[in-house]
Amino acid sequence: MTGFLALLSRDLRLVWRRPGDVAVVLAFFVVATVLFPLGIGPQANILARIAAGVLWCTALFASMLSLDRLFAADYEDGSLDLLLLAPWPLELAALAKCAAHWIVTGLPLAALAPLLGVAFGLPPDALMALAATLLIGTPTLSLIGGLAASLTLGARRGGALLALLALPLCVPTLIFGAAAIETLMTGEDLLAHIAILAALALVALATTPWAMAAALRQAGE
Amino acid sequence: MAPPLLDVPLLNVADLACRRGGRPVFDRLSFALGAGELLALTGRNGSGKTTLLRALVLLVRPQAGTIVWQGSNVQDDPETWRGQLAWLGHLDGLKGDLTVRENLLGAERLRGRPAADDRLDLALVAFDLNALAHRAVRTLSAGQRRRTALARVMLTQAPVWLLDEPLNALDSAAQQAFRSVLQQHLAHGGLAIAATHADLGVPNARTLELTA
Repeated sequence: MTGFLALLSRDLRLVWRRPGDVAVVLAFFVVATVLFPLGIGPQANILARIAAGVLWCTALFASMLSLDRLFAADYEDGSLDLLLLAPWPLELAALAKCAAHWIVTGLPLAALAPLLGVAFGLPPDALMALAATLLIGTPTLSLIGGLAASLTLGARRGGALLALLALPLCVPTLIFGAAAIETLMTGEDLLAHIAILAALALVALATTPWAMAAALRQAGE
Repeated sequence: MAPPLLDVPLLNVADLACRRGGRPVFDRLSFALGAGELLALTGRNGSGKTTLLRALVLLVRPQAGTIVWQGSNVQDDPETWRGQLAWLGHLDGLKGDLTVRENLLGAERLRGRPAADDRLDLALVAFDLNALAHRAVRTLSAGQRRRTALARVMLTQAPVWLLDEPLNALDSAAQQAFRSVLQQHLAHGGLAIAATHADLGVPNARTLELTA
């Protein structure tokens, strides 16, 4: 556990030293989202109807942006060897890296999304639901993204390949995340969707660390 | 009567073989190291020095052979083996955005151990890093970074040091500093395996020449 916390705090400190990296991700999220009302026009009923899907999609793209550096930075400066040689499980190290990624992208995205939802004319309870689904869904995105990042480590054009690998795997989370808000707006209970999102996150939590560790060991050879 | 412990080699490597890209790098490599011994790996570029070091720490899976540390095969319990190791690769493994001090403390915590401040000070003094302790590593020269990486090795207090070209980029004063740190490590019963072309200043060092 000491090692896990040490890695998590080291990665957060590294982000703190370069706040621009996080700012770019959040700025992308805002700009990409705001393009939709501009492109589609100010029909309030259409905007409110598509808001959940748009915000979920742009949040997904934004969380992909910073992933290519997740393991690549450690790979290039030799710190990955130190993680591989640390006397505690590599699975935990992979998990710590994803946790750090979630704290600096998923968490702020979930906080920012309701503000953007206002621009789409979403009702207050839908805004709450949006934040809640993103809060539960984004850890899955960080874990799946981490898996893709570890698999594409050392590959040329890793960034594009990473998105190609990760995006299809994120589809279930996207479907249930966006559908939850839709369900709420038609007056139904969204608890089932939330439960499925949580289940998806738990499945990712239970499987991806092992796959990431295997991929990282392979990259270290 | 049990044999005296000192005569038993701590590290026993037998018939180690490795392939890279389908090509054998080395085959049937055997050696044993006892407390206080240094093994210098020599050989031309591409002869497999780095691969051997990486195979010894199981970063590269050996094709065949055994690595035995204190009587038990390290492949059976890699985590315990990793706890005995200090690693210096050809990359320094430092974070440019962190200071020298943060890098050293962080690396120790990553090994699951809190770094005592007095040990940190010793390592900083040994490699003349005191004045640089609060500088971001990316602002340092290659030699200063190498010194930081060597200080990290010293800080681990691990019994087995594996070093890939430790003297890279070091000036003569820093080389001297490293030699005395290495001698201290060996005098305390540690062992070291180093891929190197230069003399590490250890009189009874053993040499293993790799030919490929």
